[in-house]
Amino acid sequence: MSDFAKPLKIALGLAIVAALIVVPMNFNRYGLFILSQWAVMSIAAMGLNLTLGYAGQVSLAQGAFVGIGAYAAAIMTTHGWPLPAAILVAIVLSFAIGWVLGYPALRVQHHYLAFVTLAFSTLAFLVFRNESWLTGGIYGISNIPRPHIFGIATNKPLPFYYVCLGSLAIVSLAVWWLIRSPWGRAFMALRENPLRAQSLGVDTRRYTLMAFAIGSGLGGVAGALYAPLTQYIDPVPFNLSLSLDLLLMVIVGGAGFYFGPFLGAMIAVLLPEWLRFTEGYYLMLYAIAVMLLLIWSPTGILGILDRYLAERRTKAASALRAVAKSRLETVQ
Amino acid sequence: MSAVLEVTDIKKSFGGIHAVNGVSFDVREGEILGLIGPNGCGKSTLFNCILGQLTPTGGEVKLDGQVVTGLRPSELNKLGVSRTFQLLQVFPKLSVRENLILAGQEHQGNMASRLVGRSDAGLTEAANQMIGFFKLDHLADEPAGGLSYGQQKLLDAAMAFMGGSRLVLLDEPAGGVNPSMLADLKERLVAINREKNATFVVIEHNMEFVMSLCSRVMVMAEGKVLAMGRPGEVRKNPAVIEAYLGH
Repeated sequence: MSDFAKPLKIALGLAIVAALIVVPMNFNRYGLFILSQWAVMSIAAMGLNLTLGYAGQVSLAQGAFVGIGAYAAAIMTTHGWPLPAAILVAIVLSFAIGWVLGYPALRVQHHYLAFVTLAFSTLAFLVFRNESWLTGGIYGISNIPRPHIFGIATNKPLPFYYVCLGSLAIVSLAVWWLIRSPWGRAFMALRENPLRAQSLGVDTRRYTLMAFAIGSGLGGVAGALYAPLTQYIDPVPFNLSLSLDLLLMVIVGGAGFYFGPFLGAMIAVLLPEWLRFTEGYYLMLYAIAVMLLLIWSPTGILGILDRYLAERRTKAASALRAVAKSRLETVQ
Repeated sequence: MSAVLEVTDIKKSFGGIHAVNGVSFDVREGEILGLIGPNGCGKSTLFNCILGQLTPTGGEVKLDGQVVTGLRPSELNKLGVSRTFQLLQVFPKLSVRENLILAGQEHQGNMASRLVGRSDAGLTEAANQMIGFFKLDHLADEPAGGLSYGQQKLLDAAMAFMGGSRLVLLDEPAGGVNPSMLADLKERLVAINREKNATFVVIEHNMEFVMSLCSRVMVMAEGKVLAMGRPGEVRKNPAVIEAYLGH
């Protein structure tokens, strides 16, 4: 069984990637916008999954980092800078601010930390809204250009979708590498038992700050793609509700699971579209679905899968033990 | 034999309670020192002060003659000091092997090399050896949370040795472990002590375990050292009998 599992997984992965490249070619403008939004939100949710799901640090500020990235990209690209440079600045800026926001986490945890990050989220929103000289205030920034990548214009929805998808691919690989590295192991140790981790030489201070900084940096990347995607930004999309949405994506998908954010973002972005036929009732249905899911599986959708796989492993192991035991008895 | 660890007049108060009240002792290289005393006499608090989990109110801790008082636990660990806790502390979701790799990885390279380097920090071989040494082979890929209590205790102890620590402080390693596994644990500790010249300080309530494992035993009562000596001497000490061992 396990001999087939790996090639099967690879084949499935390739099929999904191929589908993401080929199928949208027939999509209309709106479908491509929704799918691009999914890619962008997946990046932001992956960042939060790193901070919250792997390293166990609660943050209600991920939406603010998306905002920081979006404003950085909007301001720079409307002043003639290329998007890749803007993305780089967005990463550095949100990484640095995320690092600083990590300091409270060295002192407070759980819901206290949530309140600290919530306050930061409000602060960021006020800066976006009130500092009009920089951000355009409530009027926002319009006519945000889309980039030329290797000389190809991405003004049309399909090429820009590929920009978002390509960015998602790069971020996915980087995060995959990170969580498989000793850093990923240290993040999990931080989440599960910081005291023990410390006694094993894990510098919990540095890893906590890194978890915040990297997670926030990915929020910045998402923002820097969001700005050219919508081509117009104002403060409203980056208020607290975006942070809560991202938190919901991570929790519903499955916090601490690599594929959780992809799934969570898909549900959060696509479900409202699918439920459009219910007209005004979609938010109610969505709320009920989320409540039922979390009662059934507090570890999210991938938690259900994980439980199923763990059960099967246990059954297989106890079957093996039973066989070994009966053999032992036969020998005796 | 030189002293690996020198503890001088360590004090720790919580409000008006003097949990540790002026404790001094030293631990010689390669010895196994037992630390016994009634519940609440300050043994674990003393461990926490030595290992940087708590900042002592007063006193000094020296490692190989260097003052290390107030260093963080992760820094002390890098200097070759590790510990186990009274309550079981393994990472339940990680496999046995991953637990051991985690326990050693921070001793390999630096932050940057741990990010770009190999996923196992080059420790799979060392982890497998440790797994073999503690006879956990058949469980190497199981999540640690699925092991029996005694097996987790073995893993817990094994983790303390992964970083190549020279001085290991074990807080009740025998608590809740069944007799046959306890014999295993003792044998493993003695072997590591001999082969790697590792030094141990062991808090334990199981008298038989302490008396047969340790070369010296220190007895604490009410935050102070009551007696220190070879197991046979301590056992006969009237003050110890009065305070702890019972009549």
